[in-house]
Amino acid sequence: MADETLDASGLNCPLPILKTKKALSKMDAGKILDVISTDAGSVKDIEAFCNQTGNKLISTVEEGGKYVFTIEKV
Amino acid sequence: MSDDNKMTIIATKGTFDWAFPPFIIASTGVAMDKEVTIFFTFYGLNLLLKDTSKLKVSPIGNPAMPMKMPFGPKWLQKIDFGPKIPNVLWNIPGAESLVTWLMQKTMAKHGVAKLDELRSMCQEFDVKFIACEMTVELFGYDREDFVDGVEFAGAAMYFDEAAGGDHHLYM
Repeated sequence: MADETLDASGLNCPLPILKTKKALSKMDAGKILDVISTDAGSVKDIEAFCNQTGNKLISTVEEGGKYVFTIEKV
Repeated sequence: MSDDNKMTIIATKGTFDWAFPPFIIASTGVAMDKEVTIFFTFYGLNLLLKDTSKLKVSPIGNPAMPMKMPFGPKWLQKIDFGPKIPNVLWNIPGAESLVTWLMQKTMAKHGVAKLDELRSMCQEFDVKFIACEMTVELFGYDREDFVDGVEFAGAAMYFDEAAGGDHHLYM
């Protein structure tokens, strides 16, 4: 279960990434953030973001054009 | 932060459409833990003005720009009017404002950030903005014309910012 949820639906690049960064910066290490996005580009982008920042992408789930990314803050 | 995490962008374009790439790349860069500096020179200085409403899309000399309607029936939205409209018509007063307005509508519909919002996020994330002092003077700007937090310097400072970094883009 996520500690925080960020709904970035309807937003386009780079807003989902910027809002994810902001949300994570307010959280403690080890906490879980769910990011909801409708931007198809965010699938690769969230993965790249986690690669570069060291945050852990636990899962990516797609359901009816919505993507839910579960990220653990390092 | 280590030097190899540095990134710089030289922003040289001052139209509304070309104002986006530097701020998109810069804000994403800092979000991904880069230390980003944008050096604004020549027409790129427009991007730092307090009032960005003077930034327009130019339909003239922008041959590859698709021109599609942001509203109306689907078949209409699919038509690219760019190649269909003679260039001479874009000389009519108000054409630039109309095209700019249509692009803003299209962007809003697609959930693209507003220009001022993107720029504020860059500043909030500590992207360093440097305005090229030579072109500030050349084009008769006052420092007060620009947003707060801008540093004024020359090409040498750009090199100091770029030293050690591994991402340097000219836009």
